[in-house]
Amino acid sequence: MDAAAIERALARMAHEIVEGNPEADAIVFVGLRTNGAPLAHRLATKVGEILGRELPTGELDITMHRDDLNLRETPPAVGLSDIPFDVTGKTVVLVDDVLFTGRSIRAAMDELSDFGRPKCIRLAVLVDRGHREFPIRPDYVGKNLPTSMTERVTVSLAEIADKDEVVIEK
Amino acid sequence: MKKTKFTWQRKDLLGIQELSADEIFHILDTAAAFKQVGERNIKKVPSLRGKTLINLFIEPSTRTRTSFELAATRLSADVVNITANASSLVKGETLKDTALNLQALHADIIVIRHGAAGAPHFLSKIVKASIINAGDGAHEHPTQALLDAFTIREKKGKIAGLNVTILGDILYSRVARSNIWLLTKLGAKVTLAGPSTLVPHVFEQLGCRVTHDMEEAIRDADVINLLRIQHERQRKTMFPSIGEYTAMFGLNKERFARTKPDAMIMHPGPINRGVEIDSDVADCSRSVILEQVTNGLAVRMAVLYLCSGGQPA
Repeated sequence: MDAAAIERALARMAHEIVEGNPEADAIVFVGLRTNGAPLAHRLATKVGEILGRELPTGELDITMHRDDLNLRETPPAVGLSDIPFDVTGKTVVLVDDVLFTGRSIRAAMDELSDFGRPKCIRLAVLVDRGHREFPIRPDYVGKNLPTSMTERVTVSLAEIADKDEVVIEK
Repeated sequence: MKKTKFTWQRKDLLGIQELSADEIFHILDTAAAFKQVGERNIKKVPSLRGKTLINLFIEPSTRTRTSFELAATRLSADVVNITANASSLVKGETLKDTALNLQALHADIIVIRHGAAGAPHFLSKIVKASIINAGDGAHEHPTQALLDAFTIREKKGKIAGLNVTILGDILYSRVARSNIWLLTKLGAKVTLAGPSTLVPHVFEQLGCRVTHDMEEAIRDADVINLLRIQHERQRKTMFPSIGEYTAMFGLNKERFARTKPDAMIMHPGPINRGVEIDSDVADCSRSVILEQVTNGLAVRMAVLYLCSGGQPA
């Protein structure tokens, strides 16, 4: 996917989010660090343009809730979460770049629950590459990308990597 | 906050002396993330679920032990506390045998406080569990120095270049030694001050300045860290009386008025009001004594997380 394709996918997802959530005043966006965070801000801006107001956006670092801490050679660096609003009673749209095994999303839902009790949690991902290991399913998908387990999906975003691009590598 | 590329490799935290500046910054960055956990609705994360931590406190302590216990609990570890008079050490068991018994119980982390310098280093060589030094004799108290550094960095935005004065009983203080090593590694200018019997010039070898002139010690300080007089460690009288110490080196209102207007007051606790610090000064807005306690929890969570990370349970 190039920059234009990513932009089109996000625009479509924004419209789907508005259509699917009649109680639009309770929508907040939370991106998974690192790549989900800029995507959450972009989606929030697009949905905000449709609704004519700004939507609260936060960022989540899921390291403390990972289920593979015991399997790694060294402890992964933990970062800061930034949820500058109360999530209780809100419709939280979790945003990530690539949905793969579903384990990150499990960790993100657990971590989000530490901040409060959302009314519901929706999942928006730019790319769904399949191979789920948990019963998790996205509500909004930018692109379904069938892959093999040996392939790598790399998402670059302008906010972090100076360009917008999704590539599959062998 | 930017993520550091640095990866943590140690299983033990024995002291500050052997840490690099990168390792210290990595602990402080990690602690910043864990400090947030204390501000959430649910102040607990599952990072150390299934791990067992044993607080082996051969020397009495309330605040450090409580802080480690809370830190471990907030990381979802199980905690067992062992104190000197409740352990088999009073029945003649050696420290080594006590440690091997704890290992046989599958302890993952042993937090040890001991009157003998080097006790944690000794244990780290004989058990597989992570060893965290919670104070060994007059040697090191690494988590105290880390929480002091965390507090300085949080309040002042940096550590390098700051004038830090450590005041009081330096000779018998493990807090002073760990602080000196940490602050000089990170580029602060450290001044030690107090009675000449408690602040000998030999400390200049650690890269700091030694003075026995209270006025000069506090005049240019950005941070003033007051230490308690360690009566329990002094084998002979090191100064004529508590009253004289207070008159010469106590931080009272008059002296406080002559410090820099943004000088920050720190104290590792427990404070002796009216001895090394006046009540008014301890409770003023420039005193961060209680914030140090809060930050201690975050720093200890970070240390437990880092030292137990990566080893299969």
